[in-house]
Amino acid sequence: MGRFWSLLFLSVPIVGVLVFVWAMAGWPGMENHWLPANIGGNEALWIDRLFLFILALTGVIFVATGLIFFWFLWVYDAEKTTQPVKYFHGSHTLEVVWSIIPAATLLFIAIFQMKVWANAKLERPTQDGIPKAPIAEVTGRQFEWRIRYAGKDGIIGTQDDILKVNDLHLPINEDIVLKIKSQDVLHSFFLPHVRVKQDVVPGMQQFVWFKANRTGKYDIVCAELCGWGHYKMRGRMTLQKRADFDKWLEQAWQEQEVASFAPPAGE
Amino acid sequence: MSTTAVSPHGAHDSHAHGMSVGQFISTYVFSLDHKIIGLQFLFSTLLWFLVGGLLALGIRWQLAYPWQDMPVIGRMLFSAEGGQISPEFYTTLFTMHATVMIFFVIIPILAGAFGNYLIPLMIGADDMAFPTLNMLSYWFMWPAFILIGMSFLFPPYGAGGGWTSYPPLSVVWDAAPGSHWPQSLWLLGVTCVGISSMLGSVNYMTTIIQMRAPGMTMFRLPLTIWAMFITAILQAFALPVLTAAGFMQLTDRLLGTGFFLPDGLVVNNSAPATGGGQPLLWQHLFWFYSHPAVYIMILPAMGMVSDIISCFARKPIFGYKPMVYSISGIAGLGFIVWGHHMFVSGMNPLLGMTFMVSTMMIALPSAVKVFNWLGTIWGGKIQFTTPMLFALSFVSMFIIGGLSGIFMAATPVDIFIHDTYFIVAHFHYVLFAGTAMAVFGSIYFWYPKMFGRMMDENLGKVHFFLTFLFLNGTFFTMHILGAVGFPRRLADPYDYDTFRHLLPMNRFMTWCAIGMVATQVIFAFNFIRSMFFGQVVGRNPWGANSLEWMAPSPPGHGNFDFQPIVYRGPYEYGSPEVDTDFYPQTQPPPADPARRYKDPDHH
Repeated sequence: MGRFWSLLFLSVPIVGVLVFVWAMAGWPGMENHWLPANIGGNEALWIDRLFLFILALTGVIFVATGLIFFWFLWVYDAEKTTQPVKYFHGSHTLEVVWSIIPAATLLFIAIFQMKVWANAKLERPTQDGIPKAPIAEVTGRQFEWRIRYAGKDGIIGTQDDILKVNDLHLPINEDIVLKIKSQDVLHSFFLPHVRVKQDVVPGMQQFVWFKANRTGKYDIVCAELCGWGHYKMRGRMTLQKRADFDKWLEQAWQEQEVASFAPPAGE
Repeated sequence: MSTTAVSPHGAHDSHAHGMSVGQFISTYVFSLDHKIIGLQFLFSTLLWFLVGGLLALGIRWQLAYPWQDMPVIGRMLFSAEGGQISPEFYTTLFTMHATVMIFFVIIPILAGAFGNYLIPLMIGADDMAFPTLNMLSYWFMWPAFILIGMSFLFPPYGAGGGWTSYPPLSVVWDAAPGSHWPQSLWLLGVTCVGISSMLGSVNYMTTIIQMRAPGMTMFRLPLTIWAMFITAILQAFALPVLTAAGFMQLTDRLLGTGFFLPDGLVVNNSAPATGGGQPLLWQHLFWFYSHPAVYIMILPAMGMVSDIISCFARKPIFGYKPMVYSISGIAGLGFIVWGHHMFVSGMNPLLGMTFMVSTMMIALPSAVKVFNWLGTIWGGKIQFTTPMLFALSFVSMFIIGGLSGIFMAATPVDIFIHDTYFIVAHFHYVLFAGTAMAVFGSIYFWYPKMFGRMMDENLGKVHFFLTFLFLNGTFFTMHILGAVGFPRRLADPYDYDTFRHLLPMNRFMTWCAIGMVATQVIFAFNFIRSMFFGQVVGRNPWGANSLEWMAPSPPGHGNFDFQPIVYRGPYEYGSPEVDTDFYPQTQPPPADPARRYKDPDHH
């Protein structure tokens, strides 16, 4: 039976790699079972690159250790081997080697990615030398995203703000800064397609920034448990060309700005 | 009763048949004997393992067949919803699955069951240093069982704030249906588990330091004991923080203090909060305990696996001291990595950078351990027994769980995969494919010591094979879901366009999960049947070296019928000093100096 069990453990790296390759290639049965379309800017692309880099690195280690593991099981199976047991307590040299190489690799990954992290979370895009003002404010609330656009005065929190629920429109090909906060419990503002995720915490306000390069409608996901209706806290992000966005914003303002309420005819 | 030949505590008559009620209670119920207490922990935790597994199937059902009636038991459990899982009950399901598995299964089965049973036996002591404390550590689990059990009585039948219980959701009474009484009961229950662990850890540390047999130096301890020792230290230093935080949350909930709520917070029309608190404070306090707890949940498993692998490779463990140092390294670093659970929580991103570096570094001792296990099987004579298969699968699966951790440690990557199924895959590979498989292996390995009978090897291998297949079917696919960004804790993820097409894969996983739970019937059958009909064995059925195998099977009260004296470490398999392929720690060295082994590397 030693043969059978060795092969079972050999199947781990083989099937493991196969599943990942199948998903990456999108072969039948696993179409779109991989990183969702990346429409983000530089930071978003770097997040994917880092993911793939770590995948390649860990993949090599996974396969190598898996094969060595299998080979030792195969060769040193008590039913088959004729060699005597190697009475052996370890090797100082080997311990040093297999400590230093992973340590150096891990430290390299840690330092290598710091710039990406800083770009994504610390260095807000600037405009005219000062941090860029947010285009909109998104407030998480059980179980919806409330969105406020700065109106004509460019300041959020004034009379001419444009209010929307779960319907975020943004222009493409420019740095977007959003102010995000929470009104009640923790939520997490997750835009899978531009690789943005940030928990929103009541009592705090934060900024997220990204750049999108493709028009279309995308999901806004709540990624932090916020109560029984967490699953339905779904927003929509519509990405438009700047001109279309301006038009939409103006129209939204017109719809909202009604001096007096008149019921539609027939009611 | 006569099958468990443990002599009654303090009684002269060792025949269980003639036992009075009082003797029975002092022997098997409120016992001071570490072996009985260990078995009490084992039976209790295995029963909760079943509960936790069934809760997991509830989660899986909803993810595979959202809003469809659960077959057979749905109508009994959720008659109000016509057999459906309601979204609030779904939050209860994953909260209680994690709570039960972590606090009622993994932590107590490692420290409570195996720690209790093995520590005195493996160090050559007659019992724990503080037997009464030991008994209390078991009986403090019962208030926890009752409190958490009671939380199921209040609609919507259990706490629903996640096992992490992040405020404000868990603090504000009306923030969620589960944040009413169930959450208070949950906090009290977890506190009782903490008391139990604390009583145990003080006892384990004292016992290991003070009660080792003559000749049993620290560097002759089996790695199981080293792991238990380090785990006990981790418990003792980390647990007070969780207990304090739990009480802070309780007073926030019940007395109106303001540790975790910002000023004026209103949730779901609640009265405005008064304190100037900070929700992130809870996360820091919680993870300051719960990250070391992750190592509390894996280190003892690593220790036991090391013992099993060395025994069935019939070869000394490779790099004993590096193994000890890496256990200590994991434990030490384990205290400064908690922030990696909070990279996107709103914590200062600069702090995230330091936590990233320490988190990357903790992968190092884990890697060293894997290499040492590989070194151990190299050049051995591997016997593929059931305990060995489980121990080998621990190594194979821990490689996956360890490597996937590197993705999360990388802060930019974590932005995308945080709170997705990639994380769920990662910790299930560590905790189920790792720890739970090691626990199964350890049960098969030490069962003959506990009950004096073997478990059936063929059934054990079938159990291993099916569990191994189904667990990979269930958990490996989660990596793929995670790569798509599939979020955790959603009752119906298919509402999102991004995730709608993932339903078929989730169905596949659910059927694997059902298969995995069903497979455990084989284990339960084998476990119970072997207690009465298993092959009777002597003291040392596996030909192992450590002290517990020198005691009778099962050991009587006081453990050893002779005074063990230790001459060497526990991993001297294949030593040229003796003709057998094992060399018990108690066996004196050969009288003839010419036969004594001289280490060629040692000058």
